[in-house]
Amino acid sequence: MLRQLKKIKNVTQLPFLAFIFAFLIGGIIIALTDSEVMSNLNSPRKFLTSFLAKIGNSFLAIFQGSIYDVNLARGESFFKGFYPLSDTVVNATPLILAGLAVSLAFKSGLFNIGAQGQFIFGAIGASYIGFNFEFPSLIHIPLALTAGIICAGIYGGFVGFLKAKTGAHEVIVTIMLNYIAAFFLLWLLKTETFLRPGNINPIAPEVKESAQLPLFLGEDLRIHAGIFIALITAIFVWWLLNKSTLGFKFRAVGANANAAKTAGISTSFVTFSTMFICGALAGLGGAVHVLGTNHALGADIGGSYGFDAITVALLGRASVLGTVLAAFLFGALQTSGLNLLSVTGTPFEIVQVIQALIVLFIATPALIKFIFRVKSETAEKTITAKGWNG
Amino acid sequence: MSLELKGISKSFGSLVANESIDLKVDTGEILAILGENGAGKSTLMNIVYGLLQSDSGEIYVDGKVVKINSPADALSVGIGMVHQHFMLIPVFTVAENIILGHEDVHRGRLTLHEAKVKIKKISDDFKFEIDPDAIVEELPVGIQQRVEIIRALIYDAKVLILDEPTAVLTPQETDELLNIMRTLKSKGTSIIFITHKLREVKAVADRISVIRRGKVVGTTSPTATQEELASMMVGHEVDLTARKSASTTGRKILEVTNLNVFDGLGRKIIKDLSLEIKAGEILAIAGVQGNGQSELARALINLEDHVTGSIKLDSEEIVGKSVHEALQSGIAYVPESRELDGLIGSFSIAENLILDVHSVSPVSKNGQLNINYVNNNADKLIKEFDVRTQSIFDTASSLSGGNKQKVVLARELSRSVKLVIVSQPTRGLDVGSIEFVHERLIAEKDSGRAVLLISSELDEVYGLADRIAVIYKGEILGVTDSSISREKLGLMMAGVK
Repeated sequence: MLRQLKKIKNVTQLPFLAFIFAFLIGGIIIALTDSEVMSNLNSPRKFLTSFLAKIGNSFLAIFQGSIYDVNLARGESFFKGFYPLSDTVVNATPLILAGLAVSLAFKSGLFNIGAQGQFIFGAIGASYIGFNFEFPSLIHIPLALTAGIICAGIYGGFVGFLKAKTGAHEVIVTIMLNYIAAFFLLWLLKTETFLRPGNINPIAPEVKESAQLPLFLGEDLRIHAGIFIALITAIFVWWLLNKSTLGFKFRAVGANANAAKTAGISTSFVTFSTMFICGALAGLGGAVHVLGTNHALGADIGGSYGFDAITVALLGRASVLGTVLAAFLFGALQTSGLNLLSVTGTPFEIVQVIQALIVLFIATPALIKFIFRVKSETAEKTITAKGWNG
Repeated sequence: MSLELKGISKSFGSLVANESIDLKVDTGEILAILGENGAGKSTLMNIVYGLLQSDSGEIYVDGKVVKINSPADALSVGIGMVHQHFMLIPVFTVAENIILGHEDVHRGRLTLHEAKVKIKKISDDFKFEIDPDAIVEELPVGIQQRVEIIRALIYDAKVLILDEPTAVLTPQETDELLNIMRTLKSKGTSIIFITHKLREVKAVADRISVIRRGKVVGTTSPTATQEELASMMVGHEVDLTARKSASTTGRKILEVTNLNVFDGLGRKIIKDLSLEIKAGEILAIAGVQGNGQSELARALINLEDHVTGSIKLDSEEIVGKSVHEALQSGIAYVPESRELDGLIGSFSIAENLILDVHSVSPVSKNGQLNINYVNNNADKLIKEFDVRTQSIFDTASSLSGGNKQKVVLARELSRSVKLVIVSQPTRGLDVGSIEFVHERLIAEKDSGRAVLLISSELDEVYGLADRIAVIYKGEILGVTDSSISREKLGLMMAGVK
């Protein structure tokens, strides 16, 4: 138990500090890029008060924009104030799934840049079943999700197959498959099967209501059952990696492919099955997104989810819990960006700068360790265990 | 030039690596520093070379106190060091590597001419036979080491520190290095020779200082017996001669016929090789490193991709099976490199102990790891194999070399197997661990398993083997019993029938 807690502390400590630090720097940047604050430069006192006020307002706006907004609740129900939180969750849902697709690949020693393409294929599969058929919800939703999983699983598995059979590097292959997926979608939306009748814009028909994920907190909030799918999937991935024999193979190949091979683990099998599962995960993200949020397959269905997923996975240090938390953080930042713009006039670009700063600080643990004087435990450990005589 | 250390101490946290160490090496003297892994030899030398700073104590060169804060300081007072792991850039030429950090630049262009002349001169003086234009990665390990030595000599090192220089060398290369050390000594260079190999120390050292747990426990002359030196090192009596038991051989366990192994480019690495091992027998494959031993071992569990011929384990054909099937059909495999192939450094000891049985019952239950079994198994095995660790959840990389090897042995020998393949099982290990590994291998043989021992350590081959097969350029030159003389065996290893 203590060991588990320590492990969690080890995993979360640095990202947390990086997060605090990025927000501090971000706040300063927001204030310094503000014309009003800068116009007070000649009076140090006025400058300081407006500087601090600006930072304070920005943090408030970020909170209001992503978690709870009193203004929305005023005159309505207390509940309505959670609209921003609901949006944060809606944004985080596909990021959790796509992020897991990247994290899991990292564990097997693969760099899956292809979550974007796999996400799109998942959305295509789910959308097709969603608008083309009519079943009771209990059958329709699982069927549409499965279609998304299978389409994207095959798309991801293809990468694994190529790598296992020919040694083609997965980074290059997945980058190219991202393009192919994006343009394939554009073409698909112009075909008779997918083009919405009476429409010239590239958009597919809306998925039937029976295939839409239920809005379990009512029509007022956008939050839908997709978050449960994402969280259950996260638990499944955690189980797969840490408890199953298949996950043991994945981790073994990821940590030391030579030793894994010597111990009789087939690296080809691991490469293929990892990429298949990763594709399926990202595809589930796309399916949930189209069935829960967008309800119709459009040319921009992928957004930048598949690419943000890479950042999310890195932010979460490729651990399952870390990925989930990072996805929520990212979802919150995206949701609050608009509020920050409307309340404090901070440009959306600056919000993205803060996002990038967090990632930057997480990606450079040595820097954060240096700033916060975090002692490295691993170094001491190796020394104490050395030597034959104890 | 003389070098003297007085009262050197160094601690890392609560671990005392060096405790008031006094040592002295005179002009043209070879001082051997003997000690087990982790005794504090490397720490001490890193202090002398300026890679670490001591907590207290002084260093005297020719009687004067010197402050050494960096390798550059060390070089400037005439101290050079050849590290255990070479500090060479593989894709650079010899000359480029040697001038690294001291580049001679004219009008923005690098000139190598002067350096090449100097290299040539040193190479001729000491019969190094080094071509300054050769690419380092294309050179054999022994020659790469000479490049490191030249790098020290070219900057006028008068005291040369050699950190475990023979750990990576073949017997022949070792002999050549010892000769080079003698030549260097005759020309006035002082040498500090760090090692834990007793034979070499006795062959070349003028004086021997033994370090145990960070302290100098004694200084002696090379006339001391190997047993005396070994017991000084480990602090208790050791028996260096493996107690080989008389063999009672049973049925044929391994039968290899006309085995050919090709590399990725289609070159034949193993040529029409045939051999057999009976139950209760240790067959040693002796040979100079790089004559196909590694490939032979790998081929026996189907790790090699291009193989023809037949490998029969207890009359069951292995060729064509997967690695997993080969291992499960009854082969224990201890690879040459425990760090690269034997263990997963970032995995816990418990996980490493089930690496090759993770998908088999009882470790795997309905596709899930049986954690209770995994942990109990680890508790049992670290006791049985005396793995020194604080916890079975510590990572494998935190273990010392000897303990790592014990983990690999524990995993492989605890399965029910008929054949045990061990490749260089004691390379880089200290005396205590070597003793343990040897006893364990003899126990395997006594319990009726067939053992294939691949080793380039002649002592080991003689100490353990019932029969010795000499491999040269992928062929078995001959199989003899262990009464063959060292000279004859050495000649066979060099390709003379």
